[in-house]
Amino acid sequence: MLTIATGNKAVAAAVKEVRPDVIAAYPITPQTEIVEQIAEYVTSGELDSRYIPVESEHSAMAACIGASITGARTFTATSSHGLLYMHEMVNWAAGARLPIVMANVNRAIGPGWNVWAEHTDAFQERDTGWLQVYVSTVQEAYDTTLMAFRIAEHADVILPVMVNLDGFLLSHSMQSLDTLNAGDFVPPLHLPHAIDVLNPAGYGTLTGPDEHFRFRWEIEKSMRRSRKVIAETERDFAERFGRSYGVAEEYRYEDADVVVIAMGTLGKEAEVAVDLLRNEGVNAGSLRIRWLRPFPDFDLSGREVVVIDRDYSFGFGGVIAQSLMARQRVDLYSVIAGLGGQEVTYDDIAGFVRDRRPGTELWFGVNGDV
Amino acid sequence: MYEIRIHSRGGQGGVTAARLLALAAFRDGKYATACPFYGAERRGAPVVSYVRIDDRPIRVYSQIRNPDLVVVLDPSVMEVVDVLHGLKRGGKVLMNGTTTEKLHGVPAFAVDLTGIALREKLVIAGSPILNTPVLGALAKMGIISVDSAKKAIQEMFSDERNVRAAEAAFQELVI
Repeated sequence: MLTIATGNKAVAAAVKEVRPDVIAAYPITPQTEIVEQIAEYVTSGELDSRYIPVESEHSAMAACIGASITGARTFTATSSHGLLYMHEMVNWAAGARLPIVMANVNRAIGPGWNVWAEHTDAFQERDTGWLQVYVSTVQEAYDTTLMAFRIAEHADVILPVMVNLDGFLLSHSMQSLDTLNAGDFVPPLHLPHAIDVLNPAGYGTLTGPDEHFRFRWEIEKSMRRSRKVIAETERDFAERFGRSYGVAEEYRYEDADVVVIAMGTLGKEAEVAVDLLRNEGVNAGSLRIRWLRPFPDFDLSGREVVVIDRDYSFGFGGVIAQSLMARQRVDLYSVIAGLGGQEVTYDDIAGFVRDRRPGTELWFGVNGDV
Repeated sequence: MYEIRIHSRGGQGGVTAARLLALAAFRDGKYATACPFYGAERRGAPVVSYVRIDDRPIRVYSQIRNPDLVVVLDPSVMEVVDVLHGLKRGGKVLMNGTTTEKLHGVPAFAVDLTGIALREKLVIAGSPILNTPVLGALAKMGIISVDSAKKAIQEMFSDERNVRAAEAAFQELVI
């Protein structure tokens, strides 16, 4: 059905379509609309899920873990400080191999108290064993949430997936949304190590060094296999519903001499900058990274690269820029912009490309060298 | 692309007006986005909302710098905000009120949305509801069709007084 919705409502609608058994929720700006909308679905009877309103985000993830280990499909949503508060349990969910899906509405970390878009919250969970994907439109938020369940629950993956959308910029923006009848696109969940609640038994989870090491290797093997599962899921989604996104979305990329790389809504806005630059005779293109984990492989050799990070690793650099430099032999221009919802327009992005100085780092809007 | 900036105060329904307008444009078969700018606002503080309407998918998320149309739901914000800032050459202003005399040199139109809301008893928590009548005025200006304006209101609100208020604004706005 074709309608118009916010990013938050799109996520909620996708959750309704895959019908999780258990949803544990705690509200936080700018995510609250997701769990509110799901609560309405449950109250009105449109969604037959067990909805657990918990007293904190730590408990939200703990409740998801408890439900998921019985083989139940589970979902939660959070943002910023809520995500950090559940950090211990976020690690646990991946380590226990539980295919929980969580929406994270990207928001800066305080202080100063700030409710606007920044990717630092999710990046602080980057190395936990969760798959992470970043979306840029209301439709993509919906489609990706559907795909996230199938990828997480796939026998070759069995790892949790975090769907990230920019706070306010996407969570509260209204755009057109085509809701789907997903049919059997997301098959029933079969968790191979589910516990049997009807035959209770105790078992210790203390693991020695050798076992622990092997468990970590198993996570990485699944992470590597997930690339293929993501590709297959995208392919089947495209065949059934006619839309696909890729691990990174290319725009006028093929023949581009200079490529702008960004994530989320900035990655979309960059496409408009690319059009501006092309009109000026600059052979620009853009690449919007969608999957942060597993990190995509692409070949940037022979091109100039401008990376926009809506994040920062203090004492090191922009996380995307540094990740690309670790994988590619590129001399890139690293732009730090949009932290805490800082306004960044397509004109600004075109300016980053025009004034690029490969090998250096720019903090947009603040002057002076460190 | 047609870009609209809506000025109001927190609690007056400016954000909902933006969403209704986007929905109506969408029902007209256009692409539309409503991007409210959420500042550190509370009830009563000046707020802005943005609507973009185009024949092609919209990829812009940043704030509107040069609007084609400025809608002022609460004229008192003009004491603290320059509502004409960045208005495109040839751009227009739609004011809630009975006069446009404070707006010199730009094509400005006025309609008493507050009066219409009070007449229809569309009042929540002491504030007259302006977001549904303003759709009637926007339809009169040709931004959206009358049919889609009504459809959008009916999709979001079940109370028929909202449609009547929009119809009244359509009648009363003199172009």
